[in-house]
Amino acid sequence: MTLDTKGGGQDHAGSATTNSPIAALAPLVRWESLLLIILVATILIGNWASGDFLTGLNFSNSINNAMEVAIMALAMTPIIITGDIDLSVQSMVGLSGAVMGVLWGGLTPLGYVPLPLAIAVALLVGVIGGLFNGVLVTRWGLPALVVTLGTLALYHGLAQVLLGTNVVTNFPAGYTDFAFKNIPGTFVPWTFPTFLILAVIFYAVLHRTWLGRQIFAIGKNKSAARYSGVRVGSMRTALFVVAGLIAAIAGVILALRFDSVRSSNGANMTLTVVTLAVLGGVDINGGKGTIMGVVLAVLTLAAVQSVLRLVGVSAYIEAAVGFLLIFSVTAPLVARRSRDLVNRVRLGGQSPSAGQAARNVAPSRGGGV
Amino acid sequence: MFNRLSRFAAGIALVAVVASACSSTAATPTVAPATPAPTPVVTPVVTPVVTPVASAPASVAAAVVTLKGGITGSVVVIPKNLGNAYFDAGYVGIQKAATVFGGTPSQAAPAKGGDPTAQIPFIQTATTQKAKAILVSAEDATAIAPALTAAKAQGVKVVMWDSNSKPGAYDIFVNQADTAGIGKGLAQMACDTAPSCTGEIAILSAGQTATNQNAWIAAMAESMKDPKFAGLKLVATVYGNDVAADSTAQAQALIAAHPNLKVIVSPTSVGVLAAAQVVQSKKLIGKVAVVGLGTPKTMQAYILDGTAPEVELWNTIDLGYLAYAVAAGLVSGEIKGTVGEQFIVPTINGGKPYTIGADNTIILGDPLIFNKDNIAQFAKDLPF
Repeated sequence: MTLDTKGGGQDHAGSATTNSPIAALAPLVRWESLLLIILVATILIGNWASGDFLTGLNFSNSINNAMEVAIMALAMTPIIITGDIDLSVQSMVGLSGAVMGVLWGGLTPLGYVPLPLAIAVALLVGVIGGLFNGVLVTRWGLPALVVTLGTLALYHGLAQVLLGTNVVTNFPAGYTDFAFKNIPGTFVPWTFPTFLILAVIFYAVLHRTWLGRQIFAIGKNKSAARYSGVRVGSMRTALFVVAGLIAAIAGVILALRFDSVRSSNGANMTLTVVTLAVLGGVDINGGKGTIMGVVLAVLTLAAVQSVLRLVGVSAYIEAAVGFLLIFSVTAPLVARRSRDLVNRVRLGGQSPSAGQAARNVAPSRGGGV
Repeated sequence: MFNRLSRFAAGIALVAVVASACSSTAATPTVAPATPAPTPVVTPVVTPVVTPVASAPASVAAAVVTLKGGITGSVVVIPKNLGNAYFDAGYVGIQKAATVFGGTPSQAAPAKGGDPTAQIPFIQTATTQKAKAILVSAEDATAIAPALTAAKAQGVKVVMWDSNSKPGAYDIFVNQADTAGIGKGLAQMACDTAPSCTGEIAILSAGQTATNQNAWIAAMAESMKDPKFAGLKLVATVYGNDVAADSTAQAQALIAAHPNLKVIVSPTSVGVLAAAQVVQSKKLIGKVAVVGLGTPKTMQAYILDGTAPEVELWNTIDLGYLAYAVAAGLVSGEIKGTVGEQFIVPTINGGKPYTIGADNTIILGDPLIFNKDNIAQFAKDLPF
């Protein structure tokens, strides 16, 4: 199933009606443009619904609450583009926090470990966890969905074993301030530029380097990519390692933001992370997606949650997230169908979809290997 | 074209954000001086909380203020979760107090309990909407502390009631009863209802991190060190998260796992009701007793038929009333919230003054014990 109207930053199967005036409009209907419109509309609605929406304080709170899932969505994007998925990120958030907590809190035979070292070890655990995922998926060929479902439970269990019923709190102010407070004199939380820097790095690698092209190639056609010289196994494993590391970073930030390490930190985050990626235009079947879309999705979701909270209907937030997810999957399909319908009318009978379908019969998706 | 345009727009937004951040006049953040690193605090979930004695030495000859309030603006009430009869009763008291002291109360809370961080967005929203005061019953003491501190920094008065947060994060904590006294009461009720004060007992609590329940459980454990409770053996502590379905499942699991169980102690109104329902439906009245903290109206039937021979509580409506009055007093400036301050809230405590004790805490009064003999009267007087 190709969803052509999602901007892929890559050439996709062009519309069959290159001469139609509709085709000229096609570039306008890119997913990111739609997302931008939704974002602006949400901001306008929010401002109209509540005078407190466009305030520095609201920006600071709404953005800060979303930054952990945001950076995990950045790391999830290349994984989904290659056709895999990583469900275990929410448990790695809890596990990395737990590792940091038990080391710094003196709950291990190693005694009180200085916090920078504890954090470094927590990040290392993230790398190892990601490596474990990657090896199982690539070396042993197990489906990513099943593997990461298993590690979702495994890592959470490990966190519970490490912490027991303990809660580690009272982290030094310097660290918790980074996770919770704004840059002095502004309403921008420290975690926001962190997210933006990571977004720029992911953007550069994914859309501007040979590595990124390899990732898209793997997503479009694994075998073809392998025959083209792409080290598919190493690349997929590396992406899982990156996701594990980023989830560990998110876990450390989360624990500092709440000033408490709990084995339940990170619960239910995977759903939000995947929603952000899909809302951002990443095709769940692989092969398409942009970092820009994911950034816009993060801002949009934060704005929607903020509006719902300010209006007092925060109970609808989960429903809103679900709606956005379904919308982001069905809207391109609807758009394509209606475009086909219009084209069929204009071309008078000849169904462009037939031509499209003929092209899709060929093993390669997306036009050309 | 639009693809480039959207990228351009986002790039402008990014530059604007970075520019606004850089254009701040503040210097680069300073590295903390070489003070000794704060020692990590590792708290087991069952945290012993030292409850201060209510009255501080009245050496300060400050005037005793009779609170009048007279405030305007919004006061946001943030209980652990919505749909809980206990907090609904508190809210009745809050609304009553609002007619006397002014201000506009409203409630905002997560739909279900058990998540330590779920209250944070509500606290932040109230702060953003410039509420005059917030009345919070904490699901977890530490997780919400940064958000409460941020609220205080914005000028919002923070009054904790029912379940506390960390000292420093709030202005005043309105405690319903002496924590040690509640713990002792729980132990005593278990002793009263177990045959010859001997046998296995289990605890069905609320959220795993709930400050108040954990404090009472710890106080109960402390009381049970007394030799007269030596025959009682605590075999399990489980958590129902103040969700009816979870509490029911936990109660059933307890009974199944411990066939010699004599008493289920539940320091939460949701849990004690669920346990009583399970005992009644399994026809174990007289074999397994249910005691704990429960609301009179909902527990009346179970008290009368012997499922729950003794249940304890306090006047929750008065607790809400007192919390609101204190918040109004802080907003109007009648009280500052310092230790040693004394004030009177008309119609509560018989007009006797309250004194703010250590950790900025005041105590509503003594708990009430409901049993067969007095439940009818209490259920009539306390409609919750």
